[in-house]
Parts: sequence; structure tokens; C-alpha cells
Amino acid sequence: MTETRLPEQEKRQISLSVNGVIRTAEVETRWLLSDFLRHTLQLTGTHVGCEHGVCGACTIIFNDAPIRACLMLAVQADGSEILTVEGLASPDGKLHPVQQALHDHHGLQCGFCTPGFLMTIYALLQDHPASEMSEEELRAALAGNLCRCTGYQGIVAAVRQLLDQARSTHAQPSPVVEEGQI
Amino acid sequence: MKPPRFAYHDPTTRDEALALLAIYADDAKLLAGGQSLVPLLNMRLTQPAHLIDLNRVADLTYIRAVDGGLAIGALTRHRVAEHSALVRPCCPLLAAALPFIGHPPIRSRGTIGGSLAHADPAAELPAVLLALGGHVRVTSQHGSRILPAHELFLDQLQTALTSDELLTEVWFPNAPPRSGVAFVEVSRRHGDYALVGVAAQLTLQHDNAIAAAQLALLGVDATPVRPSEAEALLLGEQPTEALFKMVAEQVSAGLNPMTDLHASSDYRRQVAAVLVKRALQAAVQHALQGERDD
Repeated sequence: MTETRLPEQEKRQISLSVNGVIRTAEVETRWLLSDFLRHTLQLTGTHVGCEHGVCGACTIIFNDAPIRACLMLAVQADGSEILTVEGLASPDGKLHPVQQALHDHHGLQCGFCTPGFLMTIYALLQDHPASEMSEEELRAALAGNLCRCTGYQGIVAAVRQLLDQARSTHAQPSPVVEEGQI
Repeated sequence: MKPPRFAYHDPTTRDEALALLAIYADDAKLLAGGQSLVPLLNMRLTQPAHLIDLNRVADLTYIRAVDGGLAIGALTRHRVAEHSALVRPCCPLLAAALPFIGHPPIRSRGTIGGSLAHADPAAELPAVLLALGGHVRVTSQHGSRILPAHELFLDQLQTALTSDELLTEVWFPNAPPRSGVAFVEVSRRHGDYALVGVAAQLTLQHDNAIAAAQLALLGVDATPVRPSEAEALLLGEQPTEALFKMVAEQVSAGLNPMTDLHASSDYRRQVAAVLVKRALQAAVQHALQGERDD
């Protein structure tokens, strides 16, 4: 049997802000961002389901936009700002409104998909504050996250309530600010 | 389910990226948004010796109005194009197609150039570029050249780019006045790869007869398909349901889609006929609606 010759394992130092804290660490260049968060930073709230971008369990907020942490390399996150599910609740333990809404509407059961849903819904509210959303649009907005327990009804009800709340508190929708304002 | 080892390169300029590409050519993969490549790495379906990450190359992200169209830097994220104030008025077909690409987290990272260079037969943007007759600019150390959409897509996941070339820019022509667009697809779930999709742009004369018809289908062959003969049947005709039905059947009869786990060839052909008709009707509605709005 011939031995396969692999390139030397390369390591890089990266520095990034995670939930408002600057973290510096050495990473192998082939590490996924999801594994870096879970194994190196011990932030195991970001779950790993399919590892190919289908299930949505690893969704996090990267530079203000939702992404799949399993579809990025950790080395690519150097210099970025990340928000994970651990950064949602207040330090005193008070739940974030998105978490509270899922709690109130029984939007979770086993909880495996929940961190991904929370971050997807967080991004949805950030991008579409106070917007009118049809049932179909709302369900399409959640279609990138798979839940195998709840049947989605509680999750949809929670988002509906959050959108209604946002509408009553926002007088006007604010424009989405994009990288570089193109 | 973890990427294999590779040598990682993260150039910050085009020249650096092109130099690396010239050295490693077939042993390297270019990493743009990574929404197709990283899954392939995770599943070890591809094991490149070198990964050239383009995300630090600064001048590949832009959207500019030039030459009667939109020039879009290859690294421009789908999300940025989706929120751009230029895309909807200049290129409404592109604007209509963007929300069909994956899910919001995929569009946060996925890039316009990456989608085209990956050339998935079920992807949205190749069909849009082909329907509109757009082009891409590809660059190597030896210079750059323009590749029109109909010369770009050779086969499933294969383009006319050589191994030392980088796709740097995409150009979509502006929609002419009195035109309407529609993008329709059938997929198992929203955001999944389409089983079949249709991109359509119709331009109307002052008497509402069809002045130009631009159609492309995705998911029905190894590359996106532009049904030119069927398009010609529309020219100079009044847009009627009977005409659209006839054209849709003509398009469908000319297809030979693949059978896979998700759908049979016959089913895809049948869905294509329904979607072509639906897209043509919606595009006419959109054109007439636009007139009323002006």
C-alpha cells in the first residue's frame, strides 16, 4: 500500500470578535468555523447537523449577516465579528426576545435545531424590521432550517408574534446597510 | 465530514491570485463564497492540493452601471446584489432570480461569479446570464478575454475557463423599455435546487406585439438551455394564451432532461412546459404592469 502524501498541516493565528469578546487562537487552515467555535472556543451552542449547508443548525451571524458556520473555514473569519447563540441572552440570564418568543410558543422540543433557528430569526428581524410578511414568505424565510420535532407551527407562531411586535414599535422600516453600500 | 488537508493561500490582489493560479493550475481550487465548494470539501468529493481563497482580494466586489448594463465584480455576494439599488431597475430578471438561490445564509456568502464558474445545471444565475445574452470577463496572467454566456457553459460543472483563468466580472444587459420578466421554478422545498426553472424576459412593441423574447431553462440538461427556435415563434405575435401554450409545448418537445432521484425525465419535460407558459404569461403581465406604473 502506498502512502498518500499530504501537504504539511498549516496553522495560522486568527483574531476575531465573538459575542463582543476579542478571541485570538491558532487554527489549522482546514478547520471549519463551526468546529473552531465548538472545539476551540468551547461555544457548543452552535450545533452541527449535516455539515454541508442543508440543515441550518450551525447558523450564526457573521459581520451582521446570517451564515452557515459549517460552510466557512475558521481562518477566513480572521478580523470578523461573530454573534453566536451564546451572545443572545443578557449576562443576567434574561432571554433575548427571540428566545422568549420560541419559549412562549413552544417553538422547540428536543432543541437541537433551536440555536440555528434563533440566529435565522434574529437575522430575519434585523433585515426586515416591521415588514408585512405573508404566511408563505414567513415559511420561506425559515425554510433553510430543518426541525424534526415541532412541526414548525410553534416556530412560525413565535416569528409572527415577533414581527407583529416589531411593527408596533417601529414607525418606519429602516434601510438595510450593506458592506460598502453598493 | 471535515475538509482534507490542503495548502491554503489567501492573496490580497488579483495579480497575486493569478500568479498562484498559474503555478498550481489543476492542483488548485478557487474559493469564492464556498457555498458549493466547502460542502464538496467536507464530503471529500474534492481534495485539492491547494486552495486559493479569493475573499481577501479587494477589487472584486462592486456593482456598476456600464455599457448599457450592469458590471458586477465576481466576488459580489448574492445578498449584496439582492439589496442593491441598481439591480432591480437595470436588470429585473437578475433581481427576480436572486431570492431563489439557496436560503438567506447561503446568499450572505455565495457570490455572483462563483455561481457562474461552478456552472451547476440546476443553478439560477447561469440561466439568467444565458437568457439575457450577458457575458463574463475572465483573466489570466496572459491577459483577459470576454466569454459570452452561450460559450461559457460546456457541460455539467464545466465552463470554458482554462485552469489558469479567473472569472473576474459578470455583465448583464439592462432590460429594454417595455419589457417584463419572470423567474419561476419548481423545487421540493423553497431554496432547494430546482427540478426545473425558467427565466424569461419579453419586450413588447407599442401595439403589444412581442419585439424580443429571451428564455432559458435550468435543470433540464447538463447546461442551461436557451430555446432559440421557440423564442423565434413569439416574435411579432400578440401575446395570447394560445401562443404561449404552443411555444411551451414546442420548448418541452425539444428537451431531453435527465432522470435522477428527484424527478424522471418525463416529469421534468412536463413541468418545463407548464413553467414556460407560466413564465411567459407572468413576463407579459410584468411588462404591462410596468407601463401602468410609469
